Amino acid sequence: MPDGALSTSDLPPVFAGWFAARGWRPRAHQLACLEAARGGRSHLLIAPTGGGKTLAGFLPSLIEIAEAGARRSNCERRVHTLYISPLKALAVDIARNVETPVREMDLPIRLETRTGDTPASRRQRQKYNPPDILLTTPEQVALLLANKDAARFFGGLKTVIIDELHSLIGVKRGQLLALGLARLHRLAPGLRCVGLSATVPDPQPLLDFLTPQNAGVDEAALIRAEGGVKPIVRVLNSENRIPWAGHSARHSWTEVYEAIKASKMTLVFVNTRSQAEMTFQALWSMNDDNLPIALHHGSLDVERRRKVEAAMTRGGLRAVVCTSTLDLGIDWGDVDLVIQIGAPKGASRLTQRIGRANHRMDEPSEALLIPGNRFEVLECIAAKDALDEGALDGEAPRDGALDILAQHVLGMACAEPFFPDELFAEVISSAPYRDLPRETFDEILEFVATGGYALKTYERFRRIVKTPEGRYRVRNPETAQQYRMNVGAIVEAPAFNVRLVSTKGPRRPGRILGTMEEWFIEGCAPGDTFLFAGEVLRFEGVDGPDALVTRAPDEDPKIPSWNGGKFPLTTYLAERVRKMIHDRKSWRAMPDPLREWLEMQREVSVIPKPDELLVETFPHTNRFFLVCYPFDGRLAHQTLGTLLTRRLERLGLQPMGFVPTEYSLSIWGRQDMSGVDMAALFDEDMMGDDLESWLQESVLMKRTFRDCAVIAGLIERRYPGVQKTGRQVSFSADLIYDVLREHEPNHVLMKAAWADAAGGFLDLKRLSNLLARIKGKIRRSDLTRVSPLAIPVMLEINKTVIHGEAQEAMLKEASDALIAEGMRRA
Amino acid sequence: MPDNAAINAAIEVNGESLVATAAGALYWPAQEALIVADLHFEKGSSFARRGVMLPPYDTRTTLKRMKVLAERFQPRAIVSLGDAFHETGAEARMDEEDATLLDALMAGREWIWVLGNHDPAPPTRFAGEVCEEMKLGSLVLRHEPTQGAAPGELAGHLHPCARVRADGSTQRRRCFASDSERMILPAFGAYAGGLNVLDEAYAGMFGELTAWVMGARGVYPFASGALVRDPQSPAQRAAG
Repeated sequence: MPDGALSTSDLPPVFAGWFAARGWRPRAHQLACLEAARGGRSHLLIAPTGGGKTLAGFLPSLIEIAEAGARRSNCERRVHTLYISPLKALAVDIARNVETPVREMDLPIRLETRTGDTPASRRQRQKYNPPDILLTTPEQVALLLANKDAARFFGGLKTVIIDELHSLIGVKRGQLLALGLARLHRLAPGLRCVGLSATVPDPQPLLDFLTPQNAGVDEAALIRAEGGVKPIVRVLNSENRIPWAGHSARHSWTEVYEAIKASKMTLVFVNTRSQAEMTFQALWSMNDDNLPIALHHGSLDVERRRKVEAAMTRGGLRAVVCTSTLDLGIDWGDVDLVIQIGAPKGASRLTQRIGRANHRMDEPSEALLIPGNRFEVLECIAAKDALDEGALDGEAPRDGALDILAQHVLGMACAEPFFPDELFAEVISSAPYRDLPRETFDEILEFVATGGYALKTYERFRRIVKTPEGRYRVRNPETAQQYRMNVGAIVEAPAFNVRLVSTKGPRRPGRILGTMEEWFIEGCAPGDTFLFAGEVLRFEGVDGPDALVTRAPDEDPKIPSWNGGKFPLTTYLAERVRKMIHDRKSWRAMPDPLREWLEMQREVSVIPKPDELLVETFPHTNRFFLVCYPFDGRLAHQTLGTLLTRRLERLGLQPMGFVPTEYSLSIWGRQDMSGVDMAALFDEDMMGDDLESWLQESVLMKRTFRDCAVIAGLIERRYPGVQKTGRQVSFSADLIYDVLREHEPNHVLMKAAWADAAGGFLDLKRLSNLLARIKGKIRRSDLTRVSPLAIPVMLEINKTVIHGEAQEAMLKEASDALIAEGMRRA
Repeated sequence: MPDNAAINAAIEVNGESLVATAAGALYWPAQEALIVADLHFEKGSSFARRGVMLPPYDTRTTLKRMKVLAERFQPRAIVSLGDAFHETGAEARMDEEDATLLDALMAGREWIWVLGNHDPAPPTRFAGEVCEEMKLGSLVLRHEPTQGAAPGELAGHLHPCARVRADGSTQRRRCFASDSERMILPAFGAYAGGLNVLDEAYAGMFGELTAWVMGARGVYPFASGALVRDPQSPAQRAAG
């Protein structure tokens, strides 16, 4: 311990006594946090789960409130510490955890939670009789700040603790919170912000998050918890054949089951909800030992999820098959093994998932990676190597989103009238918005007031109006009500409850099993079967907000999959995989089939250098193929495929379709593409007009726009279970998008949607980096038949066919098929 | 021609040959008439009055789409089949430039406003003939479709749209709903919503219903058996 640092003896006697009574000593990082807090300094604590992080965060507050406790009178009571968690359930659990030392030391401290579930009466009471420590969520903070009482309510605030801060960086929820923090810093000068985080590649964005930017305030102190043992990671070398394609890892299910059997408690992470269902079903069918295995993913009913979590904490389970829903949260008991099925996608994510195991810091976590196909073997090895080296991948967070800013501005107008100059200064003191140009801020202000259109016809309907002294205030209580109904950065996809009904007699409504996206239910016909909540269910029909289902245990699910949660492979991991493929020495560490596969590729085609792009052409079954291997993730490949197809179309090469995978892209058509000038085909200028004209009709772009429009408060949120009534009052966001795009393609909301698309489903940054990287480095290989490296993507072709014009084509085909059928009958 | 890529569909109704365009208007070659339903001008500003600031360009978009069709077909007459204005007072909110566009569209041809429930009173700012309904050839044109069978009727009001299933997903698009005797036109207005043709509101209106579904570049026929309902309440399902 460095000189001058605090030691146990610096704790107040009651606290020192409490530690001693439990046979504990405060950990070094807990004391470091205390020291920073005493100096009034914001700080970031990076520690693995289970490192006493929660206590480290709360200890300074507990001491401060306890010391002041004797001196203060009851009427002075104001919120001293605000704890913010990205998960509602976590806030509730943490409250319970912190209550323990408070009770055991008999401290005069009141803790309360405030979430969407808190009854209105308690929320009201909290306003005039606040607790010392309030535990809540980012959305509730926004609501409290938009209240007329906000200045008084938060005036005495000393500390803000933000848990799982790493999960809030670079996402809209975090950006909304950052804006809220900027307001809190103004309402409570000298406010100390504490961030708690899992291991991250780059702590700088987190440090910036905690203190006002552009304001001459000291940067937050960085405190890292001691040591932690490196995890032991293995890549499963399955005894069975490694599949060419697919992600299910079906060939390894028996080995997964055996690993579960050999451990006390296993978390089995998968990448999608449908994969979770499939894996769970498979494990259950081979569960001769009757192991208590459970399922946990975001579509399952909350009650069901809570039950699983409780069972884990009790130690009543041997394994849980889960998705990213268990990436965050408190310690779920004694997990001694983490299994990742399918591609790990990124080293940081994998590190955090593995961190869920063995929450004793002096023991290594154990992890088993199960690749689903050959490329995933490469990815798993790359991820394992990265972890062994302690390397993490990370990308700079995106700038603050404009739809979030619009929501915040309206909220601030609801709180109290503001001068634009002052609000702007406040906004740019938050890290995500520190580079926001004043013009953009003014555009947002005008958007909030009138929609911000060039055609000025809405002046008289303004939502925020200027007072004589130049402040902006909200026009009327209805507008404030609109804001409160709309607060939050998450737009849930419209969804149905999945409700069980009895098969016999009158259909009595039964339990709700969870929720399912609207598009999926719309695509279901009565009688269709699918896997959900660990059972095969038959779709019976829709009743208001419910999709009615019956149990169909004896049937094979007809609709095998539905989406949910797909992250692209990180740039960092992709680079490692590219290097590995090129480096023949590293092939030695691979399973035999992999090595043979790459040797074969070397023989019949080409092994590209790490910075090269291999482009192969070959004929196959009456068609001509072009396959390239950028390794830049499915999203970027999909965009690339769309753009290349348009170009090939213009060259008269009649492309018919394309399919992207995480690693490669395959395009096919009626004509030989070996004569194409590849340098010109892959030129960066495709990011201009081709992209523009495609986006005009893109369904995903429209969906992105809708989400932005909802967050920005342009259109109202649809709440699950609340169906729109009145057929002609409803309008669709698609129609608005078409009209706005035609007249004001540079409108601020279009900019917001574009930024989301570029960073999201289009992955434009990735694509433009890819095109820049391979300029002048295209390695072509014109072949007479399919190459070994091409096999995986060729196998995907029959499963998913995507084409830019797919929708129109589908419509025409469906209609043509019907006509043909009708003609035959006649 | 501006959108010659679009494939229009020829449809027979009560013995008359009509052309359904992918833009959602109906052209009647024998009468040289262009028929549009449910324009809902100023729906955007109607929402803005209540604090929902939809882009104020819906009227302009609707007019421009009409202009493209007028230039292509050079109709002798244009018929608006009711609900041209979203509400009383909408007319007065119309931007000057939009009003000029509309005037230009009306110039040199016959223009008929069939009145609808959203615009029960004749427009005061614009010219054109006004009627509750009109006869043309063997057809009668009115806003609200008649319950039960109504041979020879062209109407609007219901904003028909169809949901089509293909490859495990569905698409919902505006459509012309017709059998050989009558037709309900899709809403033409840029912000107009839609009502599924399988809804109870259409019950008893058609013999063998065909939904002529509007794609981006063509109009595609679907028999009613190939259509999908919207997720609905049980009452609606029972009635359907």
